[in-house]
Amino acid sequence: MNTTITRSTTASRVSAFIALALIAVLIVAPWWGTTSTLRLVGEFMVYLALASLWNLLAGYTGLVSVGQQAYVGLGSYALVALAMFAGIHPLLAVPIVGLAGVLVALPVGKLVFRLQGAYFAIGTWVVAEVFRLVAAQITAMGGGSGTSLPVGVLRAMAETKFWREASIYWLALALGVGALALVYGLLRSRVGLALTAIRDSEVASSSLGISISRIKYAVYVAVAGMTAMIGSLIALQKIRVSPDAAFSVNDWTAFVIFIVVIGGIGTIEGPIIGTIVYFVLREFLADLGSIYLLILGALAIVIMLLAPKGIWGYVAARWNISLFPTGYRVNEKD
Amino acid sequence: MVWVNIIIQGILVGGLYALFAAGLSLIFGVMRLVNIAHGDLIVAAAFLSLAIVQASGINPLASLLIVVPLAMAFGYGLQRGILNRTLGKDILPPLLVTFGLSVILQNGLLELFTADSRKLNAGLIETASFPLLPGVAIGYLPLLQFAVAVIVIWGLQYLFYNTSLGRAFRATSDDPETALLMGLDQRKVYAWAMALCLGVVAIAGVFLGIRSNFDPFMGPGRLIFGFEAVIIGGLGNLWGTLLGGVVLGVAQAIGAQINPGWQLLAGHLVFLLVLAFRPRGLFPKVDG
Repeated sequence: MNTTITRSTTASRVSAFIALALIAVLIVAPWWGTTSTLRLVGEFMVYLALASLWNLLAGYTGLVSVGQQAYVGLGSYALVALAMFAGIHPLLAVPIVGLAGVLVALPVGKLVFRLQGAYFAIGTWVVAEVFRLVAAQITAMGGGSGTSLPVGVLRAMAETKFWREASIYWLALALGVGALALVYGLLRSRVGLALTAIRDSEVASSSLGISISRIKYAVYVAVAGMTAMIGSLIALQKIRVSPDAAFSVNDWTAFVIFIVVIGGIGTIEGPIIGTIVYFVLREFLADLGSIYLLILGALAIVIMLLAPKGIWGYVAARWNISLFPTGYRVNEKD
Repeated sequence: MVWVNIIIQGILVGGLYALFAAGLSLIFGVMRLVNIAHGDLIVAAAFLSLAIVQASGINPLASLLIVVPLAMAFGYGLQRGILNRTLGKDILPPLLVTFGLSVILQNGLLELFTADSRKLNAGLIETASFPLLPGVAIGYLPLLQFAVAVIVIWGLQYLFYNTSLGRAFRATSDDPETALLMGLDQRKVYAWAMALCLGVVAIAGVFLGIRSNFDPFMGPGRLIFGFEAVIIGGLGNLWGTLLGGVVLGVAQAIGAQINPGWQLLAGHLVFLLVLAFRPRGLFPKVDG
């Protein structure tokens, strides 16, 4: 009998091939898609990225944040400020915004990490409220009613409408795929191994020399930076910022939580499935307005009670498949 | 004298915040559950009172006689039907389920009552006041509100340390398994704790509705006030929660006096300062 240890499986090789082909098709979308296709895919990428990042926080490090809209809003406001007052090219501003997110998250993380578990969740929410209220005090950016990105900024970004739309779209694609790749790469690395160990047993992992709090803190800060970059993308997509929209708990946290819970928390595939389900549901039910949100909330409760690992958790356990494998499996051959 | 007045009014508002917080503190103490829908339940109680007042024409304060028992029954059912299934080592399920509940409550209230701002009208007591000092008048309503907060906290404290139900709460909180061996069914103990919490929530909701306008989406804000009062006061200390509410109320009143835009900000900043420098709260529980 011969045993081999592998990471990849047939399913994962097929899905990697499909994913790469899909990305290739999406890269050239500006030439085959309409403006509304680009908008839809762009929005899909925003939610895919936010869901993957929130999943990394809550599903792998146990940091249930209800305040990620703090970094989305921060990113939106920072981009508009950099473009309007410093005259920086919006696409160039995006990585700077990411850095700003990291710099803000360093002290904020220290503060909210004093709260445990569910209190951490509400603590992050308070921080997001503080950010929103502060943003509403910035008179240079329209105070409570917000401001639009000046036309000049958009003109400076690209000459024609086609290239403007295409570059915002590519940014969305890069951030969506980038967030997914970041989470996947992180979980396959030593950090990922440590995170899995922490998830399985905090006591055992700390006895093996894993510094739990340092790893959690590092993940929190990295996710904040990435979330701020997505915030800057959202500002470009909407061409305006206002405190209530940029720091919306519903848009940037509630929906994201539902996506992750429905798709499958603590799996890489979960946020992808969840985002697809969310967009399909929205397509058919969004006309129902608040009833739609009622359904979404009820669905999340039912899934949490009956299938706490979500759709993907159920599928993976039933058929033992993994499209993005992070662990190893033993194959036995006769 | 202006500042004395502001601080006194802030203290009285703090009573309402303590009412928001007391239920939160209670269920966290008994079952380590943080209910994200807590604020939405407060608002739902205000709407329930509104419906009763509109249907019968009674004073909202009298509606408490109906709202409180209904809310308690709802809390008992909610805990036994849904929340008990989520309790365990993992903190995620209760958090996410109550988050879903919060969204359901907000949108359910929106469907039933529209997004309009409403108010409960309690009659003359709303505007009546007596002069305490020159330039400082105390309204009967804020005073009543504060007195009710003190009574509720005193009542909870008494219940915790002097009754068999309170003993069951403390025993289950300390060690659920041993409590079960002694014949305490934790599912029922938790359900009673949630019923009690919802009773306080109902009182808070009615006073909220009388004091200010309310709409289906102001729940999360009330949750945050309650949470801040709990943390400022110190976890596990009910009298501390009252003082935490007072600190929050005074901070907001002072902030609002400096600049109307700073009212909420000032409250949040005090909370963050406490978190930074006194993470166990201003009045931490003395173990003994």
